[in-house]
Amino acid sequence: MNIEAIIEEIKVKLGSDVLETEKRSDTRWSVMIEPDALLKVADHLYKEAGLRFIIASAIHTRRGFEIHYHFSKDEIGLVLNIHVILKSDKPQIESLSNMFNASNWIEREMHELFGIDFLNHPNQEKLISEGNWAEGVYPYRKEFK
Amino acid sequence: MNKKFFIPIGPYHPLQEEPELFKLYCEGEIVKDIKWETGYNHRGIEKLAESKTYDQVFFLVERICGICSTSHPFAFANAVEEICRIEITDRTRYIRSIIGELERIHSHLLWLGLAGHFLGYNTVFMWAWKYREPILDLFEMITGNRNSYAMFKVGGVRRDIEESKIPVILKAMSDIKKKLTLLTGAVMDDPVIHARTKGVGVLTKQDVIDYGAVGPTARASGLAIDIRKDDPYAAYPLVNWKVITSNTGDVFAKTEVRLMEMFESVSIIEQCLEKIKKEKEGDISIKVKEMPEGMGTGRAEAPRGEVFHCVFSDGSNSPVRHKIRAPSYVNIATFKKSCIGQSISDATITLAAVDPCYCCTERLAAAYDAGTGLKIHNARELIEMSVSKTTLLRKQQG
Repeated sequence: MNIEAIIEEIKVKLGSDVLETEKRSDTRWSVMIEPDALLKVADHLYKEAGLRFIIASAIHTRRGFEIHYHFSKDEIGLVLNIHVILKSDKPQIESLSNMFNASNWIEREMHELFGIDFLNHPNQEKLISEGNWAEGVYPYRKEFK
Repeated sequence: MNKKFFIPIGPYHPLQEEPELFKLYCEGEIVKDIKWETGYNHRGIEKLAESKTYDQVFFLVERICGICSTSHPFAFANAVEEICRIEITDRTRYIRSIIGELERIHSHLLWLGLAGHFLGYNTVFMWAWKYREPILDLFEMITGNRNSYAMFKVGGVRRDIEESKIPVILKAMSDIKKKLTLLTGAVMDDPVIHARTKGVGVLTKQDVIDYGAVGPTARASGLAIDIRKDDPYAAYPLVNWKVITSNTGDVFAKTEVRLMEMFESVSIIEQCLEKIKKEKEGDISIKVKEMPEGMGTGRAEAPRGEVFHCVFSDGSNSPVRHKIRAPSYVNIATFKKSCIGQSISDATITLAAVDPCYCCTERLAAAYDAGTGLKIHNARELIEMSVSKTTLLRKQQG
């Protein structure tokens, strides 16, 4: 399966939930989706298209909490970023950890550092501080003037 | 009824890459559950990177891991060069790959020595570490440092490999090949090592996919993923080599993959050294004029697996966000699969088999009675349990 076919399938499956696609290079693509469609797209990528979950990168911007879920299609060297933007006042999104264990730790880490809630996570305990940091303090959040 | 107790492994040593505390919950000899605590030495490197310039971040990420210290600069360089859309020179490609492969050899030898030590084969430990020394000497000759080489920068490398050094490296490669053949024979043909490692700590292909495991841990379970081949960078697409895999997913398979990979590394280095002669000496850097806005995802195949760096740039001279994922982050989580059901004497080698960075230090603390909290084994005793199992097998097999 080539890169274009994977992107096309996502568009067909998600319809209007795909907000934007961006090709940065032959092997680097980003697809911005509605946060509610994450489980659907992850299920398709992992179970049907055979992509491997690498990791997720969260970043706090003026637009809100942005998460880039990085998936790899190793046979063709593709890194596909599934990009979601969560609202700043109530950042929450479905957890992928019930689908594959690879996202378990990083979701806990993002919860701890950014205060993003991962709904239905099997064990959303702190990963790094083991309770040694103050509750409600998220070191990777930014303050915008 | 078997006595229930837990063994804490860790918590940490400040020199480790990823200090963690593992709690093995055991019933009698058998590990029934495993839990972990992380973050004992959280250094906030991702946050720190936001306050450094791109040039400084190289030195920062080099210090994430003391053993594979070039893999992070490698992935970071790939990410930043993707943002800048620059193509590095071929000479740079060869030098980067030579450094990367020398590091793979010394890291795998280090692992092999420790694996031998945990199994009670201290001769393997001494041999492997002895043969690792000339590799570190090569690093010193090429980069000026035995570790943390400070070779990488955006668009190039900091030092060239001069013509006069090439025969020295080739001679060292020829020597190490003989030693590797010797070590491989000693390890692969030993019936006791077979008995201690075959069928121990098995990870199935599905386990590997589920946990997202990478590197030799994944390749030993039949998943042929290697970033050098899949998402080619540096000189890897310019030379001939093959991805080593095995199918059984046990400790033996992981050993086999690492041993064979070292031969491939030697071959890659030899080919790079031949090809580098045709490139113009000193052509090791591209001038980067500006840093555009955007994101870059860089990957590199470290000795332990895929290193992943995601860099967000706003056009200034520092990253606005720098996400780093080391291979042990995903490989260590597989302990939940590989350790449960193993005997305690096999737990040491099962944990060591994914080559987590903490294996280079005193890892085992003590075993406590789960009910009373009293200490029942100390670290030395746990290693002795593993060693005595090997001794018993050796006696049984004559």
